[in-house]
Amino acid sequence: MKDTKIEIAGVTFKNPVMTASGTFGSGMEYAEFVDLNCLGAVVTKGVANVPWEGNPTPRVQETYGGMLNAIGLQNPGIDVFIERDIPFLKQFDTKIIVNVCGRSVSDYVEVVEKLSDQPIDMMEINVSCPNVKHGGIAFGQNPDALFEITKEVKKKAKQPIIMKLSPNVTDITEMAKAAEAAGSDALSLINTITGMKIDIYKRAFALANKTGGLSGPAIKPVAVRMVYQVANAVKIPIIGMGGIASAEDALEFMMAGATGVAVGAMNFVNPYTTREVVKGMEDFMEAQKIEKITDIIGCVK
Amino acid sequence: MSKKKEQAVVYSQQNIATGIYDMWIQTSLAKDAKPGQFISVYPQDKSTLLPRPISICEIDKENSRLRIVYRVAGKGTAEFSGYQKADKIDVLGTLGNGFPLEKAEGKRVFLIGGGIGIPPMLETAKQLAGKTKETNVILGYRNSELFLKEDFEKYANLFIATEDGSVGTKGNVLTAISEKGLEADIIFACGPMPMLRALKQYAAEKQIPAYISLEERMACGVGACLGCVVKTREVDHHSHVKNARICTDGPVYLADDVEI
Repeated sequence: MKDTKIEIAGVTFKNPVMTASGTFGSGMEYAEFVDLNCLGAVVTKGVANVPWEGNPTPRVQETYGGMLNAIGLQNPGIDVFIERDIPFLKQFDTKIIVNVCGRSVSDYVEVVEKLSDQPIDMMEINVSCPNVKHGGIAFGQNPDALFEITKEVKKKAKQPIIMKLSPNVTDITEMAKAAEAAGSDALSLINTITGMKIDIYKRAFALANKTGGLSGPAIKPVAVRMVYQVANAVKIPIIGMGGIASAEDALEFMMAGATGVAVGAMNFVNPYTTREVVKGMEDFMEAQKIEKITDIIGCVK
Repeated sequence: MSKKKEQAVVYSQQNIATGIYDMWIQTSLAKDAKPGQFISVYPQDKSTLLPRPISICEIDKENSRLRIVYRVAGKGTAEFSGYQKADKIDVLGTLGNGFPLEKAEGKRVFLIGGGIGIPPMLETAKQLAGKTKETNVILGYRNSELFLKEDFEKYANLFIATEDGSVGTKGNVLTAISEKGLEADIIFACGPMPMLRALKQYAAEKQIPAYISLEERMACGVGACLGCVVKTREVDHHSHVKNARICTDGPVYLADDVEI
């Protein structure tokens, strides 16, 4: 049996395969398709201090080899989440990473404080959602703001934190370094790339929000490049994501320097993707005689 | 009843009106399918990744077949329209809640379909046949291309409205209802948003329940992505805001419960 275990900030995952926030709910909907016990971790949809309504519809549109979304972080709020979603996930032998969103530092801190006493493994701080007008991305596009919020969150969090980075910046390594300097335990990247689609027959924006986040296979090369750059700029571990559809895709991210990998939009295309990535990774290790999956992390210099 | 993605096989396909295709597929999903539910159909072309939600027109449990009648609206459905007998087709289902048939038993029922909202009303009519006090099917078409007309005639009284007045009542389904002096205790309907809005208002005036089937751009089809929401009157149990998921909590809603 090959060793697929990885470790991030003292947390051991049975394998590197996770779900990208916002594409898997809290696992309930996909538990009908995938045995959640076979995943390294479930990363939940972002949760705020109070319920958020999200954006008007249409919220999703297909684009060539990918999709745009502008959900706007609709969520039921942390209190419902603690009562309903965490107990659901606790039934499974997988790690729980809760994605946290907010409009202000105090919003984020309120959620982080409430989660600190919960039986979850890590928190992923979403400072990179392109679809909400206030907060979110504002913290993810300015290194000083990112440093400040990372520090505030880190003060209150009892679990290790992961800052989720936006690709919508000139130099993602500047952001990565700011988060590392402020004490972030790990990084995840990339969030979606801001995009736009126009309906030429209606002469109107295809999304009600005008812009949305591009995800899916169309963005994978950008994501692999950014993971590589960040891996060479910081020492903290990286969870890589962006268009992963197969084990081969996931392995690219790991060879570029990611310790963990997350499946996002492709869950919508094939609900069995996560399971297939785990299996394909094991097959690859077998065929290539790789004893430990950690041996390949960042092997491409 | 659980959802699954599987490879179905095309049993037959024909073009039944301009841009409208009628496909029977061989699939185990037929076993649990209900009228008003839908399936997600996946294009093979990887540039069009997302599944296309298509309503179930007819269910043949005995032979494990589902019938879908769809309009070519873009690249994905154009691909489907080229499929022939024995071609493979990936489907996910069965999805959504379906029409609450039990609420119509023993009552005077309107089954209303408009345009490409007509197909799901067929299996509904079929399963309600003989169980209601009276079933009147009112279908709204653009012109004289009356797809599925003969199928409906087998199960209920049929009234037609056409936009161009070439067949039946000139106007929409509500024009036909008033012209023919039809009455009902309950409505099941699927069709374009203006028709559903008008029906919501009609049902409120008549103080009868109207169950309407909605559509919206979807990604996952299983309730995870929160793409396809509809504004609801009350806070819904899942979102804890006034946003219900059309793919999972719907697509059929009591008109009074949704803000359309």
